Amino acid sequence: MKNPVLEINDLRTSFNIKGNYYAAVDGVSLTVHENEVVAVVGESGCGKSALANSIMGLHNLKNTKLEGQINFGNQNLLELSLAKLNKIRGKDIAMIFQDPMTALNPLATIGRQIEEPMDYHLKLSATEKKNRTLELLRRVGIKNEQRVYDQYPHELSGGMRQRVVIAVALSCDPVLLLADEPTTALDVTIQAQIMDLMKELQNQMKTGIILITHDLGVVAEMADRVVVMYAGEVVEIADVKDLFENPLHPYTRSLLNSIPSNLEAKEKLHVIDGIVPSLQNLDRTGCRFAPRIAWIPEEDHEERPEMHEAEPNHFVRCSCYKTFYFPEDRVGEIDYVTTKN
Amino acid sequence: MLKFILRRTLLMIPQIILVSILVFMLAKAMPGDALTGAFQGNPDANPEQIEKIREKMGLNDPWYQQYGRWLGNAVQGDFGQSYVHKQPVTHLLAGKIENTLLLSFFTLIITYLIAIPLGIIAGRWTDTWADKIIVTYTYFAFATPIFVFALLMMFFFSFILDWLPYSGSVDIKIETGTWDYFVSRARHLALPVLSGALISTVTTIQYLRNDMIDQKLKDFVKTARAKGVPERKVYTRHILRNSLLPIAAFLGYEITGLIGGSVFIETIYSYPGLGYLFIQSIQTRDFTVVTSLVLISATATIVGTMLSDIILSIVDPRIRIE
Amino acid sequence: MSLLKINDLKIYYPIRGGFFRTVVDNVRAVDGISFELQPGETYGLVGESGCGKTTTGRAIIGLNHVTSGEVLFEGNDLAKLSRGERRKYTKDIQMIFQDPYSSLNARKNVLNIIAEPLRNFERLSPKEELVRVQELVARVGLSPESIYKYPHQFSGGQRQRIGIARALALKPKLIIADEPVSALDVSVQAQVLNFMQEIQEDFGLTYLFISHDLGIIQHMCDRIGIMYRGRFVEEGSASEIYTNPQHVYTKRLIAAIPEMDPEKRFEKMHLRQAINQEYKNDYNNYFDKDGRMFDLKKISETHSVAMQ
Repeated sequence: MKNPVLEINDLRTSFNIKGNYYAAVDGVSLTVHENEVVAVVGESGCGKSALANSIMGLHNLKNTKLEGQINFGNQNLLELSLAKLNKIRGKDIAMIFQDPMTALNPLATIGRQIEEPMDYHLKLSATEKKNRTLELLRRVGIKNEQRVYDQYPHELSGGMRQRVVIAVALSCDPVLLLADEPTTALDVTIQAQIMDLMKELQNQMKTGIILITHDLGVVAEMADRVVVMYAGEVVEIADVKDLFENPLHPYTRSLLNSIPSNLEAKEKLHVIDGIVPSLQNLDRTGCRFAPRIAWIPEEDHEERPEMHEAEPNHFVRCSCYKTFYFPEDRVGEIDYVTTKN
Repeated sequence: MLKFILRRTLLMIPQIILVSILVFMLAKAMPGDALTGAFQGNPDANPEQIEKIREKMGLNDPWYQQYGRWLGNAVQGDFGQSYVHKQPVTHLLAGKIENTLLLSFFTLIITYLIAIPLGIIAGRWTDTWADKIIVTYTYFAFATPIFVFALLMMFFFSFILDWLPYSGSVDIKIETGTWDYFVSRARHLALPVLSGALISTVTTIQYLRNDMIDQKLKDFVKTARAKGVPERKVYTRHILRNSLLPIAAFLGYEITGLIGGSVFIETIYSYPGLGYLFIQSIQTRDFTVVTSLVLISATATIVGTMLSDIILSIVDPRIRIE
Repeated sequence: MSLLKINDLKIYYPIRGGFFRTVVDNVRAVDGISFELQPGETYGLVGESGCGKTTTGRAIIGLNHVTSGEVLFEGNDLAKLSRGERRKYTKDIQMIFQDPYSSLNARKNVLNIIAEPLRNFERLSPKEELVRVQELVARVGLSPESIYKYPHQFSGGQRQRIGIARALALKPKLIIADEPVSALDVSVQAQVLNFMQEIQEDFGLTYLFISHDLGIIQHMCDRIGIMYRGRFVEEGSASEIYTNPQHVYTKRLIAAIPEMDPEKRFEKMHLRQAINQEYKNDYNNYFDKDGRMFDLKKISETHSVAMQ
């Protein structure tokens, strides 16, 4: 078994809304190993971004409460002072952001922005920094690196900027990379390029990656293991092949069925009933997905849903996955439902 | 860059001509003319005599003839004679320009010396007591008319405390160039400069505070934090730097604003500068002087705008002038 | 007869330069494209940002000025009509926008939003108007009381339905949908797409569906036109484009769709590399010496490619 790089234990990240704290990440536990890509997937409001910001310490602590543990090495990141955290951020753990148009400072040169983490984490001379930066630019596939070094972000295309954002993250050889929707803001062909680049770099560098995304296609292309989140909780964890071949949790199955796939054109897509509840309106007792699959009888859910190892290394929350079915698959079999009970 | 400046300078010409026509017409539209002012309250003035002088001075010609004459002279650097002061306008302005520039220059410096630190404090530590005090100050300064504030300052520091002089630019008896002369000038400048600066800080403080609050939420600030940049450096290297650039670019506008804005201050402190002269000239219908002054400030505005554009293009890599 | 026929449409934006700010060159946002929409079909306009697809959509509805070419709607050239004359046709062509958050006026309630086009084009009594709005609201699956609510009280998917209800108010013939679901979550996206298919049948609508997402385009469209740098690269039926792409750019776009089978991910990566190589090697087959694409050439009754 590979060594774990990051272990998150029962993390709870709560935001202050009008005086009360509501958990956006509600008891999440997960482990990232060396050289492993863990995808955290879910729709807006599932808590995946709050999770990423918790790991990086990017929440404003005035209105955010963090509980649980985020263990990195032998330290709990949540207990570190800002000064100590700053020794880790940008060096051992680095982040790739979603929108390359805004993630770079418009008034600083590309070279300067890639060198900045080195100023704080590595003891290098100016020439060494520059050489390292040029090398990084080459590695992320920028060919005229000498010229790009002195350019400003607005002089580069979106795809080039995202390559720069990746170079910034790689500047101090991190052991863990946090990629928050790294391809969402990009055009399709650029997205493919960036995905291929990240796979290639990951092969070379053997870093652990947490890939935050809403796009199951990106997951299928990049991830080793997948963590599916819904309403602040992890609902399913599985190896990527298992997840796509044999998804278990009703939410995962519904999500996969709602993607226009390459095969059946013009067929009806699956629609998940209802909407994702807001933080304040979320019913935190019982199965959180139950209101959206109301045709599944109450007794099929657990009272306090737990994660179960349904198959080796394949975990799923609540027992409702056992009896879940799509109503559209049972059209004409109405009596099945009635005779079952 | 050179091409840009040349183009803008050429574009200035029609703008200034337009302004000058407007000013000229307005001056004409004012009740009375140069002679009304000159003979005001003089019971011995013979109306027939006055009419003759009027004819001789061309004041009865149609406006465009008068304008043409005036423009022709102005181009040659002759802005005409002041009817009231009985001397060439250029001559009259020479001494005042220096005074106004001095006043504007120090007001600008003091404004920035106050505004930038206060703006930074308020922007960085938002919603602390320091921020609240600064914001309250900007509200008061914004709401207080400058002439009321200047009068209050004068009343307090000159009349009650008797620390500083309340009028003029220098004591009359002192010899030019001596140490005492400098001290006297500085003491005369103190109140006008402070009164102007304390009010004009408002825009800069508010701009800087708001812009820093905006910048703080930008993604690249998050990037900086994720890089492990210490909090202090996040502010100096990213937020502050980006917020200060536009302020540097506003410098151009700020300068023109101060030349225009000094009218109140100079009048209240009887400070012999362009603004004071402007008010006096309007009161005495000395319209050669009025038109010249308006023309100067219009030119200053246009030059200031160009200056701001140039500064902005230098400090902000995203803006390039071709 | 085709419902909409675009003929050699060009939309240029001048680039000014030099001392007197004269026009030195043009940005060719749309550079000579032609296509037709048959009544009842869904035509997909695909391409990446900056390819001119949105500009084309906006030009059809009159939001962008046309440099040259024809926009024939039922045989009438909209590009030549004045603003007033266009009015007759604006009723028949409606648009659904990308961002349901900013395309609805936040200060108006749903009743006023949906009634607005009715008030512009039809004289209805307040009572008739209310009935019409209620019908529309019911048709897009919102509750009757929602007509007195404001946009911020709805979710993204519901807001997009309000946008659709507004577009349907005048019983249009053609709907231009510009990235109608790209701001939405996958599950909500499915809802809106299904719904768009339903109303297409009910109202006999023709869609011009503009999107960068090939998965959605394939799901929704009968015929597809691929745009790149203001020109058409390839045009054909959905199955022709997906199973038998001819132009290297089309191949590249299709290969860029993420592979949903994790086992095939490296295969896909190699495919992309191979296509990039083809792009480099055979560049001259696809682009002329100025880097401009060739005109479309028919390779079958329905399938055309921009190749030499």
